[in-house]
Amino acid sequence: MEFIAAYLPSAMMNDQTISQLPLALPEIVMLCMASIVLIVDLFLNDKTRGGTYILSQFTLLALVVITVMSFTQQKSIAFHGTFVRDGMGDLLKIFVYIVTFTVFLYSKSYLKARDMFKGEYYVLGLFAVLGMMVMISAQSFLTIYLGLELLSLCMYALVALQRDSIIASESAMKYFVLGAIASGMLLYGMSMIYGATGSLELATINAEVMKNTDNIVLIFGLVFVLVGVAFKLGAVPFHMWLPDVYQGSPTAVAIFIGSAPKIAAFAMTMRLLVDGLHGLHVQWQDMLIIMAVASLAIGNIVAIAQTNIKRMLAYSTISHVGFIMLGIMTAEKGGYTASMFYTIVYTLMALGAFGMIMYMSRMGFESDKLDDFRGLNQRSPWFAFIMLIFMFSMAGVPPFVGFWAKLSILKAVVAVDMTWLAVTAVVFSIIGAFYYLRIIKLMYFDTPQETSAIEGASDLRVMLSLNGIAILGLGLYPELIMGLVISVM
Amino acid sequence: MITLTEVLILAAIMFSISVAGIFLNRKNLIILLMSIELMLLSVNINFIAFSYYMGDLAGQVFVFFILTVAAAEAAIGLAILVVLFRNKRTINVDDLNEMKG
Amino acid sequence: MLSNYLPVLIFLIVGGGIGAVMIIAGFVLAPHKPDSEKTSPYECGFEAFEDSRMKFDVRYYLVAILFILFDLEIAFLFPWAVVLDKIGYFGFWAMVIFLGILVVGFIYEWKKGALEWE
Repeated sequence: MEFIAAYLPSAMMNDQTISQLPLALPEIVMLCMASIVLIVDLFLNDKTRGGTYILSQFTLLALVVITVMSFTQQKSIAFHGTFVRDGMGDLLKIFVYIVTFTVFLYSKSYLKARDMFKGEYYVLGLFAVLGMMVMISAQSFLTIYLGLELLSLCMYALVALQRDSIIASESAMKYFVLGAIASGMLLYGMSMIYGATGSLELATINAEVMKNTDNIVLIFGLVFVLVGVAFKLGAVPFHMWLPDVYQGSPTAVAIFIGSAPKIAAFAMTMRLLVDGLHGLHVQWQDMLIIMAVASLAIGNIVAIAQTNIKRMLAYSTISHVGFIMLGIMTAEKGGYTASMFYTIVYTLMALGAFGMIMYMSRMGFESDKLDDFRGLNQRSPWFAFIMLIFMFSMAGVPPFVGFWAKLSILKAVVAVDMTWLAVTAVVFSIIGAFYYLRIIKLMYFDTPQETSAIEGASDLRVMLSLNGIAILGLGLYPELIMGLVISVM
Repeated sequence: MITLTEVLILAAIMFSISVAGIFLNRKNLIILLMSIELMLLSVNINFIAFSYYMGDLAGQVFVFFILTVAAAEAAIGLAILVVLFRNKRTINVDDLNEMKG
Repeated sequence: MLSNYLPVLIFLIVGGGIGAVMIIAGFVLAPHKPDSEKTSPYECGFEAFEDSRMKFDVRYYLVAILFILFDLEIAFLFPWAVVLDKIGYFGFWAMVIFLGILVVGFIYEWKKGALEWE
């Protein structure tokens, strides 16, 4: 009993916790709103289901406002060192809201056409966003783990949302098993690091690590933590789940998995490796180099052989993850900035590419084959142009924003005297450009298999156009986002 | 007296058994779910051992959360399993082969 | 060191011995008049099949899933109850919020009809 008594918080500490609650205001609002959406949806029927959608979108917009209003550059740690509020976290959260908002908007008509327009999609989506927010703001192993699991559990359920689809349930099972293994590995590594440093808080861990950087237990733990992180990011050789999940899950879910969680995974990597284990950077740099090069190679080369565009985008994600890892690998502020910029830009491009698939799909037709994009220019010149923007940007062609993202990573890598690594990345990007350009060739120089006009919802058309223009506009003025990113790092 | 090393070896053995169970088992998805639980339990032993020998309570608090999350994870896993079984009429691991590439 | 485990050893021997004596006595002393009803296996709540690895009704899984989720909150309630007089209103309200979130899940589960057997 005395043992426990020493840990009980005093009244003063409780007052301190309460006074820190406003720091977590976005999370609290999100939790309340997600619960409200859950309950409200129970009392709606299929005719009034739109209420759930509007409420979810309102929540996300309100959170953008709340986070922008309380935006702070100052780093404040709260709740006994488990939670952090800083500029990087706020900026990433704002992008998570915007990306999720776009995901919900894109997927509305897709869901309606497939009898999947259910409240569960939005509730699970909102709880997943809450998980991402907790991950982004995590400052101890406990919060990282809880946020990660909240995100992952929602995602597993979302993939299985289409209950009568064989490939959806199969990919949900694969995602679940591999995700659970990844969490297990991550936890095992965390337990070792906890044993070596005696703390779960990243700040304390970092201080302890600095004292003794060649502790074998620490390095053992680091390996397992990195395996877990690589699984969640989808880096080779822990990428097996990604193509199957992208292909198997409904596009409305694949777009979600492929976008916002990458921002959260980037934040988790930053918190763990930079905030917590920066003392071991010599060790994790080597491991990241191997994984990044492998991701670039496998991602870009295997993507060429794909005929399913969702599967192709999965391999393209793997190669983009390779770039993100290269930036973190530098262990320098410039590299982190470049990585963060790349992550944000990548999510915007992924949104657009998946949005195009959903725009072209209709009831009973998924439009997820490369051949379905044949001759798109004749059917819809404007959206063929929008798709061209996304593909050029992903391939890294100037002046689109994807080029600046790749360039900033390469600059950061060259700045730490690893020119060979930058050259490798460029070579693989050029190989990768082939399969992006193939889609453009299909769209502009092939004859369409069907000539019927594409009937997309008007809100989807507007948002998709905005998405494409944003990629082009940010390519002309990359400092719009880059400036924001630099100001918070 | 049981030393910290002995407990850690026990946890490491449990962890290895669970990983072996996941990768060697080709028959039944339920066994896979059980292996995942075993993996989390071995982590729990690790945390409790460190927590006890260092006299720091945080590790044991973490274990509470891992237990809860593991339960939620098992629930989701079982739910997905039921959906999968309804669609495919099998829970054989080798039959998860609809997608290639 | 090992002598601490002597009671356990004695317990094992006595327990195992009593069990063995019971089975042997039943085997030796009881009259043997088997019929088909007596020899057929009995399983509570199920039809008895030949194969012991039979398939469960899928609805048991649903009950099991719901049980696991609501069962685990006890893991938080026990330590909370033990130190409730020391953590005061702060701890009390923290737990109320936690239970409130659980209630939201419970309402969902109830309204969706997950608690109905048929």
